[in-house]
Amino acid sequence: MLMVTDITAWHGSAQILFGVSLVVRPGEVVALMGRNGMGKSTLIRALMGLCRIRSGSVTWQGREIHRLPPYRIARLGIGLVPEGRQVFPTLTVRENLLAVAANYGQLEEPFTLEHVFALFPRLAERPGHLGRELSGGEQQMLAIARALMINPRLLLLDEAGEGLAPLVREEIWQGLDHLRRRGLAILVVDRDIDALLRISDRLLFMEKGSIVWQDEHPFPCLDSSVKLRYLGV
Amino acid sequence: MAAETTRSGLVFCGGCFLLLLVLPPLLDLAGQQYLLSLACRALIYGLAASSLNLILGYGGMVSLGHAAFVGIGAYTVGILARSGPGSGLVAWPLAVVLAMLFALLTGAVSLRTRGMHFIMITLAFAQMVYFFFTSLETCGGTDGIPLSGRNLLPGLDLNDDRVFYYLCLGLLTLLLFLLHRLIHARFGRVLVGSRENEQRLQVLGLATFGHRLLAYCLAGGIAGLAGALLANLGEYVSPSMLHWTRSGEIMVMVLLGGTGTLAGPVLGAFVLLFLEDYLAMYTEHWMAILGPVLILVVLFARGGLYPLLAGHGRQR
Repeated sequence: MLMVTDITAWHGSAQILFGVSLVVRPGEVVALMGRNGMGKSTLIRALMGLCRIRSGSVTWQGREIHRLPPYRIARLGIGLVPEGRQVFPTLTVRENLLAVAANYGQLEEPFTLEHVFALFPRLAERPGHLGRELSGGEQQMLAIARALMINPRLLLLDEAGEGLAPLVREEIWQGLDHLRRRGLAILVVDRDIDALLRISDRLLFMEKGSIVWQDEHPFPCLDSSVKLRYLGV
Repeated sequence: MAAETTRSGLVFCGGCFLLLLVLPPLLDLAGQQYLLSLACRALIYGLAASSLNLILGYGGMVSLGHAAFVGIGAYTVGILARSGPGSGLVAWPLAVVLAMLFALLTGAVSLRTRGMHFIMITLAFAQMVYFFFTSLETCGGTDGIPLSGRNLLPGLDLNDDRVFYYLCLGLLTLLLFLLHRLIHARFGRVLVGSRENEQRLQVLGLATFGHRLLAYCLAGGIAGLAGALLANLGEYVSPSMLHWTRSGEIMVMVLLGGTGTLAGPVLGAFVLLFLEDYLAMYTEHWMAILGPVLILVVLFARGGLYPLLAGHGRQR
């Protein structure tokens, strides 16, 4: 469904991505891990069109998208949950969700307000609260819910559980697990390896701008030496 | 959410509107008719400042080239009037269209930049227009174009200062109403949203560039209309309308009155022009007084005068 072939990207004069290739199949959850500064966020931004790809290609449902502006990519059915959440601070929860509602992925059973509220009951409890009044975890739920309201076929999550309390993070993971069972493809960046192992079909490790190691569920090749080598844990 | 929809804001705006409505007879009573043309000038500059406010206050695009749109509108009227006073129904829409066209062409380029680069590129485009008109002999060069009379409109005698005043007031009120509707429509929400964080809207599937460009064109068109009115008011088109200091003056009106508020820029235009006129009666160095006043406003009324007077904070 999403095919990334040998892409490179620069940040000013510094090269960040050195020929990254990966595939996300329909309904598949792919987890992307790696230490800081290895290019995970840049890769997500590049896929979304927020960072220019110098060479290589990205095809989405058979169509080249790596030269499209971000809003066109979103309209083709790719939703982003950005790093740092970026909810609309002066809009209420309900407004945050309704402001962008659309069915870009042309899903037969599109997400509605009821669906995302059922997914994250905490949001349903405070539909009239302003975005800035929410806790970090609630904001993250809102950011995910907002991305779902454009009804993507692929969800990109950058640092999904960053800076959240363990219990809240668990709610986020459960929400993602639910989305996986609903058949949504997800590419998620995070550092919580135990949670990612539970919900992912595939695990990729990035190092210095390339994907250096990967394994599929139930991850037979993953042992402590691999974790130490690529994650430092 | 909007500043104008609060009760104190409505009362303030309504009061100001009524005052403007009865201003001509009041000035007659006071024997101060000469102030009518100053008030009219303030209305027209209020229109120009409101158009800048659309892109600066709501859209976050700090343009230092607004005088170009005003000047293009004024020169359109001036050039058409060289063969005698023509119909305003031809000259004014043409002024608006040409200003919008200029906004479309320059906006398509300059909106690709942000911040300081945007300021410089809009300034550069405006200076090009300034030097274009001042070096063109057929446009009067640095002397400008004197008009033989005001434009003709069916049923209205624009040479009557009162009629012209009410026409300006009517146009300003109409456009403020339209701007109010625009800001609270989806279009305006996207514009305000792109001021705060453009990428956030883009990844949600919204084409922000088109929205920003359209806002830029609308602002250019309204400023063009202000230019056409200004040419009619003084019956003279001067290259100084195009000078970059004029862009700065319009920006000061917006900041003084309150960016991102509907009535603020009009208030700013009135305060600035009347203060200028009043201070000039006492000293020719009125700028030395006006400058510190502006600094005080910026320091102590951060949202501008309008939120201060109407009793509420700036619309975020």
